[in-house]
Amino acid sequence: MLYRETGQFKTTYAADQAMFPIPQDRIGLWLILAIAFIGVPLIGSPYLFAGLLIPALILALAAIGLNILTGYCGQLSLGTGAFMAVGAYTAYNFVIRVPEMNLLLAFLLGGGMAALVGVLFGLPSLRIKGFYLAVATLAAQFFVDWVFIRIKWFVNYGSNASAPEPVLFGLALDTPVKKYLVVLAIVVIMALIAKNIVRGRVGRAWMAVRDMDIAAEIIGIRLLPTKLLAFAVSSFYCGVAGAMWGFLHLGAWEPLTFDINRSFQVLFMIIIGGLGSILGSFIGAGFISAVPILISLVPAALGVPISVATASHLESMIFGGLIIFFLIAEPNGIARLWQIGKEKLRLWPFPH
Amino acid sequence: MGFFLEVTIGGLLAGVLYSLVALGFVLIFKASGVFNFAQGTMVLFAALSLVRMMEVMPFWIAFPLACAIMIALAFVIERVVLRPLVNQEAIILFMATLGISFFLEGFGQAVWGSDIYTLNLGLPSGPTFILESVFDGGLLVEKLDIFAAIVAGALVTALAVFFQKTKVGLALRAVADDHQAAQSIGVPLNYIWLVVWSAAGIVALVAGMVWGAKLGVQFSIAFVALKALPVLILGGFTSVPGAIIGGLLIGLGEKLSEVYLGPVFGGGIENWFAYMLAMIFLMFRPQGLFGDRIIERV
Repeated sequence: MLYRETGQFKTTYAADQAMFPIPQDRIGLWLILAIAFIGVPLIGSPYLFAGLLIPALILALAAIGLNILTGYCGQLSLGTGAFMAVGAYTAYNFVIRVPEMNLLLAFLLGGGMAALVGVLFGLPSLRIKGFYLAVATLAAQFFVDWVFIRIKWFVNYGSNASAPEPVLFGLALDTPVKKYLVVLAIVVIMALIAKNIVRGRVGRAWMAVRDMDIAAEIIGIRLLPTKLLAFAVSSFYCGVAGAMWGFLHLGAWEPLTFDINRSFQVLFMIIIGGLGSILGSFIGAGFISAVPILISLVPAALGVPISVATASHLESMIFGGLIIFFLIAEPNGIARLWQIGKEKLRLWPFPH
Repeated sequence: MGFFLEVTIGGLLAGVLYSLVALGFVLIFKASGVFNFAQGTMVLFAALSLVRMMEVMPFWIAFPLACAIMIALAFVIERVVLRPLVNQEAIILFMATLGISFFLEGFGQAVWGSDIYTLNLGLPSGPTFILESVFDGGLLVEKLDIFAAIVAGALVTALAVFFQKTKVGLALRAVADDHQAAQSIGVPLNYIWLVVWSAAGIVALVAGMVWGAKLGVQFSIAFVALKALPVLILGGFTSVPGAIIGGLLIGLGEKLSEVYLGPVFGGGIENWFAYMLAMIFLMFRPQGLFGDRIIERV
């Protein structure tokens, strides 16, 4: 009843091309943003921010990055962790080596460096695709791991990178709430940019390449620049996410933080959340971040405490099972289920 | 010269282990076009099953039982995962095997435990010297590695006989060539997949035995098995001899580079050398040394 387009006529081109053409969607989005920016900081506990919201939001950004590459451009990547690592270590080195470095600028530089590395490892994508490309990105993953373990200059000759207290425009980000707000702002802005990229000319070119690269080439899309752009943008997002992961979530980190398990984690987010969907990146990130917490909380609440080892085994079983389940039931993930739900809602309660 | 040969032999023998894992990949890829990411976890799972059962029973009971477990696993995978996903894109199937991999990793360790287990098969192990008459002091090799090479050779021979001489093998080759054509002349696809996954499971068991005897049965086996990916790239996804030669080349390249280039880069380059080699190789010959030419139709 409430949610329908009937009678909503668009009178300008701007309205026709709006990101959220239905007013209810816009209201919903503003509501969510208002809750996220104002409501949650008022009521949330520090544990909620540090344990769930901050990591989930940062990983959502990484998931958006991977989704651009895998979901929109169809290039499977197992190197997300590597690109996050490049972002994190670049930002770290700029912050400790350049005096008065602005944190945002450091994040952007981290993203930029990750983009460069991404393009480098994306070069083989012109000749290869699918699993072959996955192996090439694995090369990136293991090589980058090795670089940050072996070359001590990157960690300032310590055993791991320990970021100084993050300061933004003279304001120390010393509480989880402040960090959360900064993360939220960056993620929201970058998600909006991503949403606009993928529905514009560039995004359509990516999708054409994903659906059939030969056909895309025939209609005049130049494959190499298109794919490399996807690698660059994707790695930029991952790099910024990595930098935030290091500075705003962990504070101090070792190279293992960004190992291949991180890559898989982000990949699972986009499979479960939805390939080729910005919304899906958020849903998937929230879901994957929440499951381990649930596994640790639910059995205890039910009175059957389980050991840490069992919990981690249970976690991989649940993730593996869920992935198979989603691929069989709904290959486009939770985001697609949401869309189907919305379609149903449009007709409700009078389905012809 | 003696040292160089020693490294070479060590590398080749280490490569045999990679080949064993890669064989399982090739079997499944040939017959069903599925890139089975779970092969490494299958190796771990098979080895764990074997080692834990051997604690309570002798090897000659535990081994057939472990084979039965791997066949049962193949059955479940075929029923639960492959059948509903038939006709999906290759990339979806790949991600499904990723799911299998994670599930099996958790399941195997939850059932069998996650410690490091030593697998004692009563095989000769320890270093030994060969060719003492040719070189001063002889060449140092590991007995277990030689045993692994013999096992790999036997396994490849058995597989070759199976593929070339039996009726099921013929059907397998038909399916590998063309799914639809094979189906239209009455080859039951589901059954073939079951056979292939079972075969891959048993190959995984053998690989797990050899790895387990060398390193101990532990979680890292699943990750070492990732090294089979560059092996496949080098050898080609569809070729059994390719898997063997690719494995040998990767093993050799790794050891030689670690010994001769390692000091320059600061060591530890074994971890990524194989992948880099594969990536560079991909630029020039994407189908691998022995793979079928990749032909795309619009």
